[in-house]
Amino acid sequence: MTDPTVQHDPSAMGEEAAGAGPTAGAGLTSGAEPTAGAGKTPGNETPVLGLHGVRQVFSTPRGDVPAVAGVDLRVRPGRVLCLVGESGCGKTTTARMAAALARPTSGTVRFRGRDVAAMDRAERAVFRRSVQYIHQDPYASLNPVRTVYSTVSAGLRRHRMVRDRREARAATADLLRRVELTPAEDYLDKYPHQMSGGQRQRVAVARALAMDPEVIIADESTSMLDVSIRVSLLNTLGRLRDDLGVGFLFITHDLAVAKYFAWDGEIAVMYLGRIVEQGPTRRVVNDPRHPYTRALVSAVCEPDPDLARTKERVRLRGADIPDLTDLPPGCEFHPRCPLFEPGRCDTARPALAPGPDRLLACHVVNGG
Amino acid sequence: MSLVHDRPAPPPGPADDGPLLSVRGVDIAYRTGRRSRVTAVRGVGFDLHPGQSMALVGESGCGKTTLGLGLLRLLPRTGVVSAGQVLFRRKDGRRVDVRALAKEELRRFRWNEAAMVFQGAMNAFNPVLTVRDHFLDTFRAHEGRGARRPRAALLERSAELLELVRLDPARVLAAHPHELSGGMRQRALIALALALRPQLLILDEPTTALDILTQRAIVERLTELREELRFAMLFITHDLGLAAELADRVGTMYAGRLIETGTTRDIFHRSRHPYTRALINSVPPVAGDLTVPESLPGGPPSLGALPAGCSFAPRCAHAQPRCSRTRPELDVLRARPEGLSHAAACLRADDAALFTEGATR
Repeated sequence: MTDPTVQHDPSAMGEEAAGAGPTAGAGLTSGAEPTAGAGKTPGNETPVLGLHGVRQVFSTPRGDVPAVAGVDLRVRPGRVLCLVGESGCGKTTTARMAAALARPTSGTVRFRGRDVAAMDRAERAVFRRSVQYIHQDPYASLNPVRTVYSTVSAGLRRHRMVRDRREARAATADLLRRVELTPAEDYLDKYPHQMSGGQRQRVAVARALAMDPEVIIADESTSMLDVSIRVSLLNTLGRLRDDLGVGFLFITHDLAVAKYFAWDGEIAVMYLGRIVEQGPTRRVVNDPRHPYTRALVSAVCEPDPDLARTKERVRLRGADIPDLTDLPPGCEFHPRCPLFEPGRCDTARPALAPGPDRLLACHVVNGG
Repeated sequence: MSLVHDRPAPPPGPADDGPLLSVRGVDIAYRTGRRSRVTAVRGVGFDLHPGQSMALVGESGCGKTTLGLGLLRLLPRTGVVSAGQVLFRRKDGRRVDVRALAKEELRRFRWNEAAMVFQGAMNAFNPVLTVRDHFLDTFRAHEGRGARRPRAALLERSAELLELVRLDPARVLAAHPHELSGGMRQRALIALALALRPQLLILDEPTTALDILTQRAIVERLTELREELRFAMLFITHDLGLAAELADRVGTMYAGRLIETGTTRDIFHRSRHPYTRALINSVPPVAGDLTVPESLPGGPPSLGALPAGCSFAPRCAHAQPRCSRTRPELDVLRARPEGLSHAAACLRADDAALFTEGATR
């Protein structure tokens, strides 16, 4: 843990303390407790999935690309952790590491406190079942030559959770009903091309549900869908969160969607591989502090012509994201930042420091 | 900070003599087999006056893109504008029916009079040509025969256009499309569309698939360009936020028909069609406290098998038995000049209980 951003995450302290035993409570109350989420789920606040100082560096002919440069995140049961940021900021790479689809260059991913990289075959099978991934593009994530039955039941059969075909079909039909593809029997033998985007994405959700997951990692899972379908899919996912206690790592670039889905949870804003602001959703969205978050919130097109015309916009100094192989010195955001202070922001990188209600990495805002 | 107008921009230059674009009863059909065809757009009509910005909204599969392509006769080979008129007032003041233009006339019409920015900036460029080649090709293909300019003049004009959209010509002109980011490509595409000073710009999902900050930059630039250059805009989007921001009037499409039109305020504050309302209410806002968006289950009907009566009735929360028997016409609720009337195609549009003022949200 050499990265300056790592040691300041109080939620990490909470979890490590929990691992150590009876001092858990003390660990959680120390610091600013930026994860304070009103305590909606009773009792169990121990994270199921944790990313501890993970980095991912890709080697390319043009040099090393630090796609994710030291990130600490916790996913708790029945809670949503929303990751927002522009494309290229490392959201998807983070999600892939969380699902153990990519191995971090350094740092660890822990599932129920156990390092995923050190798991044996049996443990890994449990992990694979318990952490499910829903991809962005329902047109690409379903195998076109498999029927819905075949796609959704593949995991059930692979993990021997059903005995025969009859049971598998019944279980699949059940899952389809849970994602509101009814009458389920009509969908069992359909191929992806016979369905709309919204229906396909529901199939992808049913496939994830088949494994009775504890965590769902949803990578821009609603961004390709029409607005009308988006809400009903979010509501379906919301029921899993509230009724079954599924924890979510929810990735999106749409702050309005983030706000709706993660209202009782947390938002982490990512920029060029680092978290720049993290805290309870309602605080971060309604009162963004980091200039990058402020820009994101103010850039959203509001579905209200009067509001759209009166809303205050944050103007960035630059429109384009810097090249990841040639990052600016100091704070990576300084070339675009409206609050840029020469001599300060371009020399040292601000640490992700705890404040009264959130973690924030900005010299100017934090320094007053 | 808003340079924006809450009324349509005043008409440009010459004294306004009627609409720039006048669409009358347009049907567009696709051939789906030797003897079968499906009508994707039915009986669409509206007037677009100079300088106006109109958004076409609706779910995918409602005919928005088909209509946009049909207006410029850019439909794929299986598609045809099978009925109606598309009247356009050219720069020389003559009114022409786009449907009746001969090949060479059509070529002069496109880009000089009306240009299109296609969906998916990724695929709209030829990957093996530089941006410079795209500009030169466009000038060569669409400028009038007598108006040929030397290469140096064309390049100078291209550089000007790129500066209009805040791109660095020195870098961008020599670049191949893959060397540009999505946002830069989209801006280059807009510059290209403006090359011959068209009176009308049709944009198909101009900001979909772009990042939110890039989206914002493009929205702001388009707003400013429209003030400077005074072109009319017809843009197709499923993002209602974008429509609220960039349009002064909105048309909602459902199952190939225009089912509501009005000023942006009419649509967002006092919509009289349950479909438009449902679309607006399904967008979660980012400002203020948590509002629970409504879901709109199901999808638009298959165009090959439209239900009798109102196409939206099967999904409509307020449908009555008569809705599945009688197809509502687009009736004017509040008449205004310059195509800004508020009109809705709903049998219950006058039902005060259903549509109390300001009940959207």
